[in-house]
Amino acid sequence: MHDMSAHAAPHHAPPEGFIKNHVFSLDHKVIGKQYYTLALVAVFIGMVLSWFMRIHLAWTNAAIPGLQLLSPAGAPNGLMTPEYYLELMTMHGTIMVFFVLTTAPFAGFGNYFLPIQVGAEDMPFPHFNMMSFWITLTAFCVLISAFFVGDGPPLAGWTAYAPLSAVGSIAGPGEGTGQVLWATAIGIFCIGQLLGSLNFISTVLDMRTKGMTLMRLPITAWAWFITSCIGLTAFAVLLPACILLILDHVAGTSFFIASGLVVNDKLLPHSGGSTLLWQHLFWFFGHPEVYIAIVPGMGIVTHVLITNMRRPMLSIKAILYSMWALAFLSYMVYGHHMFVSGMNPFSSLAFSFPTLLITIPSTVVVLIWIGSLYGSKLRINAASLFALGFISMFVSGGVSGFFLAQPSIDIMLHATYFVVGHFHMVMGVAALFGIFSGTYFWFPKMTGHMMNETWGKVHFWLTFIGTYAIFMPFHYLGMAGNVRRYSAFTDDYLVPLIPVHKFITIAALCTGAVQLIFIFNLIYSRFKGPKAPDNPWECTSLEWTMPSPPPWNNFGGKDPIVYHDAYQYGIEGSSGDYVMQDSHEQIQTVRDEK
Amino acid sequence: MATTVHEPPKSENRNFPSIGHSGNGGWAPADGTLRAVEDYSPPPSSSAIWVGVAAICMSFAAFTSALIVREGSSTDWRHFALPSMLYVDTLVLLASSVTLEIGRRRVAAFMAGSRSEEASPARWLYVTLFLGLVFVVGQYVAWMQLKAQGLYLATNPSSSFFYVLTAAHALHVLGGLGGLVRAIRKLSESALRRSTLNATSYYWHFMGVLWLYLLLLLWTKL
Repeated sequence: MHDMSAHAAPHHAPPEGFIKNHVFSLDHKVIGKQYYTLALVAVFIGMVLSWFMRIHLAWTNAAIPGLQLLSPAGAPNGLMTPEYYLELMTMHGTIMVFFVLTTAPFAGFGNYFLPIQVGAEDMPFPHFNMMSFWITLTAFCVLISAFFVGDGPPLAGWTAYAPLSAVGSIAGPGEGTGQVLWATAIGIFCIGQLLGSLNFISTVLDMRTKGMTLMRLPITAWAWFITSCIGLTAFAVLLPACILLILDHVAGTSFFIASGLVVNDKLLPHSGGSTLLWQHLFWFFGHPEVYIAIVPGMGIVTHVLITNMRRPMLSIKAILYSMWALAFLSYMVYGHHMFVSGMNPFSSLAFSFPTLLITIPSTVVVLIWIGSLYGSKLRINAASLFALGFISMFVSGGVSGFFLAQPSIDIMLHATYFVVGHFHMVMGVAALFGIFSGTYFWFPKMTGHMMNETWGKVHFWLTFIGTYAIFMPFHYLGMAGNVRRYSAFTDDYLVPLIPVHKFITIAALCTGAVQLIFIFNLIYSRFKGPKAPDNPWECTSLEWTMPSPPPWNNFGGKDPIVYHDAYQYGIEGSSGDYVMQDSHEQIQTVRDEK
Repeated sequence: MATTVHEPPKSENRNFPSIGHSGNGGWAPADGTLRAVEDYSPPPSSSAIWVGVAAICMSFAAFTSALIVREGSSTDWRHFALPSMLYVDTLVLLASSVTLEIGRRRVAAFMAGSRSEEASPARWLYVTLFLGLVFVVGQYVAWMQLKAQGLYLATNPSSSFFYVLTAAHALHVLGGLGGLVRAIRKLSESALRRSTLNATSYYWHFMGVLWLYLLLLLWTKL
């Protein structure tokens, strides 16, 4: 059934020994799993940090047992100081955005499956690929080390707004060594992602197998390609910004620090810097970063839904072009993060228009998903449920974006929990649902074992309900005027909202605990799960043509030949209602026969 | 949506159109052939170099916009004369591009079996390597000249940008030198691919173009 052609030469030699197989591996599949594992560790840390913050917000005077061990100064006797709250918030945001939402759906799944889906043995630069992971891991270690330095981790938020992030330890805890470590970690992270993006783009452009034209690529491969294009240009801008920030800290330059700034009764020697400059450079990266997190999820959801609907989307091309439109427009909207930063009002208008415009491709994608689902006999499994959950989160979180795109409304809602709810749903939870969907879908291929579907569905429903319970009330809090970044609401107009915070905190703790089901399922299935067949979901793309798990050289030293589009479903093939991409079965539509 | 599947054609020599058309609307080709294409991908490193160049362009565009915004954000911008060494360095870098291009052609001739290049096909690559090192040393001399004027990294935003931009470029040049060393080593092992040498050359030429841009920027803004 599967057609192969002779392969010229192996891309790299078969790995020997534990170190070359599992640690410093050149194999894109091992590197993908390393990225995924890093994301798992990171998401656990990030989630625990959010628990600490939530408990403190709901029960401000309650001691959190053990927290003083992490920071005796930040949490004496387990009681969190306001500064330590901000430090945890900064680390939570940074870890989640960079080391989870960027790492798992893009670098994790992308590394594992992109070369296979294009029919290649590996990426064109395996050494760069390996370096990319180890550089990213180094960045993670540098960031985590900020917990253990003298004055604690940084507290300027994951956006590290200057001048607070630039003036140094005179501004208080976390703004000395901790902030330098933050900027260093993010700078290192950028280098790792640039190397990764270079590999991804070259893989798609140069490594496609015979017959794999661009339009025959699975939508996941397109999503990773588009994401790497965004990453290449966005991280290339954040890197210089981090260098300038570090220089303001350690070399006394004045890129971001204005003249005459008095901090803690001391006049700083810096002069003439522009605080807005940091915001421009950061958000030029920051808003595309949203799509770095979400576009791979869009690809995964589309891929999983098509497989489980057993028929193509209404228009896969419209989804593809919409993803390109999102990538392009993402660079033109970044100013909407700065509506209240003192920009010229005309600039606000200029950024508001593309912000509204970018909702069009998002809406097109969602409508195609929903229209394609209509009337389909969707196979309900954990992967398809999380794909549906992704759509739900993306729509719910996206709708609140309409409000924030209007400068006049944004002025009121800016820096409130409305914004927190918006971006957690549309960017955070939606992307996480994409990661879950991809995990349940590709786990059999990655490990050779099936995950437990029943527990997968339980995991979905509890997570789905839990995340709505956490993040929908955030919108209400925001509309009620609850500002974000406050560590406590003890003696002001926000006191009546504390019961809502308690509800959210309980929901967050429960939803976090539910993830133990996923972790248990992941680990148990890895070792004790039923053996996975080569193609358990009856999918058409090339990764399902090979054994589970794939051999080190993917296609056994041969190049597959591709004859079909990625999504040949709803037909009468020799193996069922689908035809694999590399099958040389001739397909003819009934319409053509007529 | 319903379709039928036929047996594959019996012929050994399938007709592969040069361009595959795809999409859900066109599953079956009109002539009944299966759609696969012969020319499916270029050599591995042919695109990567341009991808890398794009990323570097973005980084220096970010530096440039930062420079322009910073210059306009305050009245503390101080103008100064560029160190004369920069102009010498410019000639050195441009000369290195010429020597590399000669070297690339000589290596290509050697690989094609030309006897005249058998003695030392890498000679011009070594010359390029030397000129590249001279450029980096020259940049260091330029920093010393600026320092002698009392202009340090934090003295003024204009001097800050001078050091940052020239250092960032010098780091990229060092990367290019690393690529050259790798190409020479591969050549000595008879394992050099033409695409690798081409990519190294394109990168090196880009370093020259980038330097001309930076020199113009520094000359007009500082």
